[in-house]
Amino acid sequence: MKTFAYRTATGLADGLEPGAVFLAGGTNLVDLMKLGVATPDVLVDVNKLPMSEVGELPGGGVRIGSSVRNSDLAADQRVRTAYPVLSQALLAGASGQLRNMATTGGNLLQRTRCRYFMDATMPCNKHRPGSGCPARDGDHRNLAILGGSPACVATHPSDMAVALAALDAVVQLDGPTGQRSVPVTELYRLPGDTPDRDTVLEHGELITAVDLPALPFATRSAYRKARDRASYAFAVGSVAAAIDIQDGLVSDVRLAFGAVAPKPWRAFAAEAALRGQPATREHFMAAADVELRDARPLRDNAYKLPLIRNLTVSVLEGLAGEVTR
Amino acid sequence: MTSTSARAVGSPLARLEGPAKVSGAARYAAEYPQDHLAYGWIVASPVARGRLDAVLTDPAEEDVLAVLWHGNAPELEKPDDPELAVLQSDEIRYRGQPLALVIATSIEAARRAAQAVQLEITAEDHDVELRADHPDRYTPETVVPDAPATSDTGDVDAALAGAPVTIDVVYETPALHNNPMEPHATIARWDGQDLILYDSNQHPSGIAETVGAIFGLPAERVHVVTEHVGGGFGSKGSARPNAVLAALGSLVTGRPVQIALPRQAMFSMVGHRAPTVQRIRVGATRDGILTAIDHQTCTQSSRLFEFVESASVVTREVYPVPNLRTGHQVVRLDMPTPRWMRAPGEAPGMVGLECALDELAAELGVDPVELRVRNSPENPRYVECLRSGAERFGWSERDRRTDGEWLIGFGMAGATYPAQAMPSTARVRALGNDEYEVAIAAADLGTGARTILTQIAADELGVPVEQIHIRIGNSTLPQASVAGGSSGSASWGWAVTGACRELRAAGGSTEEATFDTTALVQQQKEGRHASGAHFAEVRVSTVTGEVRVSRLFGMFDGGRILNPRTARSQFLGGMIMGMGMALHEEGVLDPAQGTWVNHDLAEYHIPTHADVEWIDAAWLDAPESDLNPMGSKGIGEIGIVGSPAAILNAIWHATGVRIRSLPARLDKLLPALPSPR
Repeated sequence: MKTFAYRTATGLADGLEPGAVFLAGGTNLVDLMKLGVATPDVLVDVNKLPMSEVGELPGGGVRIGSSVRNSDLAADQRVRTAYPVLSQALLAGASGQLRNMATTGGNLLQRTRCRYFMDATMPCNKHRPGSGCPARDGDHRNLAILGGSPACVATHPSDMAVALAALDAVVQLDGPTGQRSVPVTELYRLPGDTPDRDTVLEHGELITAVDLPALPFATRSAYRKARDRASYAFAVGSVAAAIDIQDGLVSDVRLAFGAVAPKPWRAFAAEAALRGQPATREHFMAAADVELRDARPLRDNAYKLPLIRNLTVSVLEGLAGEVTR
Repeated sequence: MTSTSARAVGSPLARLEGPAKVSGAARYAAEYPQDHLAYGWIVASPVARGRLDAVLTDPAEEDVLAVLWHGNAPELEKPDDPELAVLQSDEIRYRGQPLALVIATSIEAARRAAQAVQLEITAEDHDVELRADHPDRYTPETVVPDAPATSDTGDVDAALAGAPVTIDVVYETPALHNNPMEPHATIARWDGQDLILYDSNQHPSGIAETVGAIFGLPAERVHVVTEHVGGGFGSKGSARPNAVLAALGSLVTGRPVQIALPRQAMFSMVGHRAPTVQRIRVGATRDGILTAIDHQTCTQSSRLFEFVESASVVTREVYPVPNLRTGHQVVRLDMPTPRWMRAPGEAPGMVGLECALDELAAELGVDPVELRVRNSPENPRYVECLRSGAERFGWSERDRRTDGEWLIGFGMAGATYPAQAMPSTARVRALGNDEYEVAIAAADLGTGARTILTQIAADELGVPVEQIHIRIGNSTLPQASVAGGSSGSASWGWAVTGACRELRAAGGSTEEATFDTTALVQQQKEGRHASGAHFAEVRVSTVTGEVRVSRLFGMFDGGRILNPRTARSQFLGGMIMGMGMALHEEGVLDPAQGTWVNHDLAEYHIPTHADVEWIDAAWLDAPESDLNPMGSKGIGEIGIVGSPAAILNAIWHATGVRIRSLPARLDKLLPALPSPR
């Protein structure tokens, strides 16, 4: 691990010197530092900043402080009632110990688990720009089928972010150039030729909160995750969904896919295809296929296509069943 | 001497060191306080093949005491194991090979400096991929531990050609990596001309001999302290590079040097189970009597050392077949050297054999239990495991069915492992007041070895276990064989029994007795085995292809069970490790990069608690009294033999899909499954 300085952030928008990064739960950053993949000069600890509350927004909705721990957020009664998909996604991730440490903002900003990225001795355009991407011809079983580029096919590993993308969550940022709001669906960049930058955040910008807008039909929402073992494993495919059904027709729907793209993949095309259609298995499947039409699977990850299609149908059917019961 | 009514052997005594372990008082190898301790960090090769031309270091690095590489390291005596000739040559034989050792006054400084070291390497093209048609494959003379590579009885080709029913299948097992909870670790300190090694291993006596030879010392000048070991699974059976490097570092710096391997190094530096490609052909009569088996294994070893995983050997031992041919071929690749991993040979070999037999049973329409019983006419203990296990599991009520999206099925497989003992010596001393010290250089890997040796001594001396003071885990004690091959309890228990009996026979005329089993062990019964039968109920999701093991049950013959509590843990642990082999574990090779790309426990999966839904083991508890004085057979490995096949066979029963390339993951299953509902 490279030697680094450490200081505690005392106020929002303290500013961040070059080579400095924010430290929240540390569950991903500290690992990457031990591996030599992240080599910051300074850690600026934001845990003392007042960002650890879950509160209600005027006009409905919930504001989640950036430092709210994953386990606290999953247990929050407002979240469990109004946005069950988020609580389920959080509890599907990591382990109890990690969820106790990991924060809302940090979870959003975790890096890919691509095995080449995680190994500093490997080529990787994300950790060493220009060094190449061995994953396309090498190990990519759990890498992207959507949104990748020749330079990078990494997937974003978060479960929570998939639920937030489906819920139209908005990230509140504070930084040297002031405050701004960015929807979670626009927080992440697709890799293109510059996969070293995961998000649109500028240096020194800090996530202070995540807002969940009011979405009454999200009381019927769910998250389902497939993984290689029963617990403590990253998703190989996941689906977050909320659906509103009136008279047997889909009046509104939110759908997002996890572990298929460099970002939580909001399935806008599938949503558009479903609105106004009968809430049936055939239409759920057809909608998933619309979204997956642009998928470009590699040698070993084409299984994600039937997996995401099946998960989509399973989750939407489950929610539709709740409505009709 | 007093006598006690209840025998200690056979009682569920809790592990004696349990309280010390859970309270943190028990010391593991890297935890012994030292004055002026220095820390070593290994710089591993980033290429699979080539030459190390130079190592450049920044002289401004703070707190660094030395950076050793082949250009400046002291010359060592040539070891039998070429992997231990560390920093002696410019040749790079595999990615992950130790190329340099940084020694610093703190672990942080050592790690930082190791990341900053510049290696000047001339890389060469590498060849790392095992293929059954690899042009460089050859038939070795022997396979591990020391069996002929080939066997041929009867006329296999004619028998297969004439068999009414035949099966011809290829099963593949991937590279598997032993990952004990405690990675390999050593603190080395020179005390005059003597070398002190606090080392995590399975064989203190052997480590003393091996490391001593490398430094030109007789074994008695090397003091290996191995009080507690956090697991080994075969990877700590012999000295690994960490022990030699720590001793080298201490020699150069004059300080005690600690080297604790990071998890990533466990995937290259300490051995692994080599991948296998097994072709199995089986011929049988219509009523399921085996007439011919041909079991051919192709596997790999490194450029440094020929270690051949003996996957076909087990097929010589389980079922009597008139026409039997077995063989092994090996390819030497630019990869790390494979080593012992729990049930080497038997664990992968019984995947091939017992899955092929399941395919045969399906082809014949014969109950898989019945098929095995019919082919075990002279193996009553195995038959009893099959029959009794089937009854306890409820095998006859098995019912392939669906439950919503889940397909439910049942499978079983047999298990076998050699019962063996190796020469060991134990010493018993009367301390007065009916208290005794029992000493033997055995290693307790967390299995309960210390506890069962105490139980054995208590019974032999006729005192309660509290009056036995056991000393193990130190090479200065009477020499003991390796904690491996499921032979520890039999080997050490035999020596302890002998020493206790000698002391009693002396009738108080002496206060100490020492007993060496070498002569007795040489006369031990050959070809005897522990055996067992595994039964699995699985469910497979048609939505995701995920597999869940709803129930896993093992029925075993381990001869006399010395301690049912620790034995149960051995059986269950082996079965769970077998579950990992069936469903999770795989070293994922990137041929271009020349290495396995998953090398931590986040990416190399083993079962979690949530994967183990219901598990149980039972045993016959029937002493085999002509084997050794306890009548026991080793049980450390039998649990992993057969349990993977039982799970794979259950997956087939549930889904109709044969997964012949392990592990059975959802990406292989899902495309072959019917659509949900």
